[in-house]
Amino acid sequence: MHPILTTVIQRLGLGLLTLFVVSIIIFSSLEFLPGDFGQAVLGQAALPETVEAFRRELGLDKPPIERYINWVGNVISGDLGTSFSGRNSSGVDRSRDVWELIQPRLANTIFLASMTALIAVPLALALGITAALYRNSIYDRVVNSVTLTTISFPEFFVAYILILVFSTYFKVFPSLANISDATPFLEKIYRSSLPALALTLVIVAHMMRMTRAAIINLLASPYIEMAQLKGTSKAKVILHHALPNAWAPIVNVIAFNLAYLVVGVVVVEVVFVYPGLGQLMVDAVSSRDIPVVQGCALIFAGTYILLNLFADVISIITNPRLLHPR
Amino acid sequence: MNTPTTPNGGYSAANEVTMVKARRTFVQNLWRTLKTAPPTAWFGMLVIFLYLFVAFFAPLLAPHGQAEVFPMAYAPWSDEFRLGTDALGRDVFSRLIYGARNTIGIAVATTFLAFLIGGSLGLMAAISRNWLDQVLSRFVDVLMAIPSLIFALMLLSIFGSSAFNLICIIAVLDATRVFRLTRAVALNVVVMDYVEAAKLRGEGLVWIMRREILPNIMPPLVAEFGLRFCFVFLTIAALSFLGLGIQPPTADWGSMVRENAGLIQFAEYDLTAALTPMIPAAAIALLTVAVNFVVDWFLHQTSGLRDEH
Repeated sequence: MHPILTTVIQRLGLGLLTLFVVSIIIFSSLEFLPGDFGQAVLGQAALPETVEAFRRELGLDKPPIERYINWVGNVISGDLGTSFSGRNSSGVDRSRDVWELIQPRLANTIFLASMTALIAVPLALALGITAALYRNSIYDRVVNSVTLTTISFPEFFVAYILILVFSTYFKVFPSLANISDATPFLEKIYRSSLPALALTLVIVAHMMRMTRAAIINLLASPYIEMAQLKGTSKAKVILHHALPNAWAPIVNVIAFNLAYLVVGVVVVEVVFVYPGLGQLMVDAVSSRDIPVVQGCALIFAGTYILLNLFADVISIITNPRLLHPR
Repeated sequence: MNTPTTPNGGYSAANEVTMVKARRTFVQNLWRTLKTAPPTAWFGMLVIFLYLFVAFFAPLLAPHGQAEVFPMAYAPWSDEFRLGTDALGRDVFSRLIYGARNTIGIAVATTFLAFLIGGSLGLMAAISRNWLDQVLSRFVDVLMAIPSLIFALMLLSIFGSSAFNLICIIAVLDATRVFRLTRAVALNVVVMDYVEAAKLRGEGLVWIMRREILPNIMPPLVAEFGLRFCFVFLTIAALSFLGLGIQPPTADWGSMVRENAGLIQFAEYDLTAALTPMIPAAAIALLTVAVNFVVDWFLHQTSGLRDEH
């Protein structure tokens, strides 16, 4: 078998294994709850029978392994259980399906993330590559120190500066990103522009620095020096010798930062009251609504793992040394 | 230093070797190193000392208590309330000063705990290199496969948010990265002959960890401590900002930003009011920048681990 295929299959298997272990961790968050959480969810006035019925509904009377298998089966078929909120002590159950809560917000978060990625990725790559090519010039130093400062800023600081400048001082963009399904597409983009800008600033800084480091590292390798010494033109050195080896680090940088976006989105969504998944998760954490937290964590962690897996596979496939084995 | 000479005035290498070398004291050495520090590092150190000073002497510096409530909500900036008051009528300036103590204190405690856990486990894994190493490394791989903020949110929803839970959760999650670094750098030292010699002498695991390996892997760990501190500090600030970190009435910069965020909308009438929530956020940012500057210089000084020239 071709060595690339073996490596890719190995990597995919490892990714699936990670996903499996992560799902166990997320599943077992229900196990670690304090014993009286039935009371906490249903209220102090709940009858013992109601609490008992609630525990039975969650399946807490069955062995953990059986419950895990049921849970995974349900998750795969899109059933994440029902939310804890909306239940009360009298046993009346107005709780909503977790997937129903998550689905519209997931769409909003994907919209925001892809809007950010469309702006940030080309910008960061252009900045990073040019900074590496003209390194130690004034341009490089300015870009470098600006991005170092942005990295050190907490996301909410960047977000509030943007609100202060673009929304309250100069009224250009709305400070609250209030969007829904009914909002027309262009209006949606307009209202989401500040959150997207805040995320872009944070992510471009990371991505640009990593791209720059990767390219500098590459340009310092002996085969580039060799190509330069034998008089190859600058364009050919970059396109023919550097670029094939640059794909792996660049794809890694992009995936790493898109995964970072997963985390950044939580804080930024709260600042702009953007109706996305991050805000839902924060609300669920403060009301300790475990099924919703589990659902959100599963989606965030799954995205993160899949992005990293994707990057690894791409860098294996594009690796010239593996493509032409001896 | 006086030149080594022979009685008849010539140079003698033998005399130079036997001469007692005047050793510089620790303070002299420190000063010599500091003199070469770039202005950014000086700026960073100055800021860090200022923060530490404020954190230590918070009760003496703050004009009011951190939870003291005045009957004036959202008072403007004045002589009595240097930065105005918040929604409950608490003095923002005093809370900013106490916030230094609480926020930095918790971040430092968390980072220490993370290094204690991650560092000792990393050293143990590097020395033993058996099933323990395998188990710990795979466990860390899995923990690192989940973004740490998401993991922290999940754990906080299980255990509830309190300062103690916060410290433990973030410390354990951050220990994974410390573990990786410690294990990686310690692996290069473990194979050295003097470690082998110590093992043959029959020294115990703890002795080898503390006396043979730790002194040799200190520089990267110290630098990592600075970077980890920044990361922990930002994570705690973010969680507090989300209302899930340090709980009221304890003053803390992250939650102060959240509490006063509504004031931003008044920017066109009173710019100082709009700046009130920005000041604690700026305080967080300034400290992170300062620590980053110092760490950059330190890394340069000790090994040049980074590719910057």
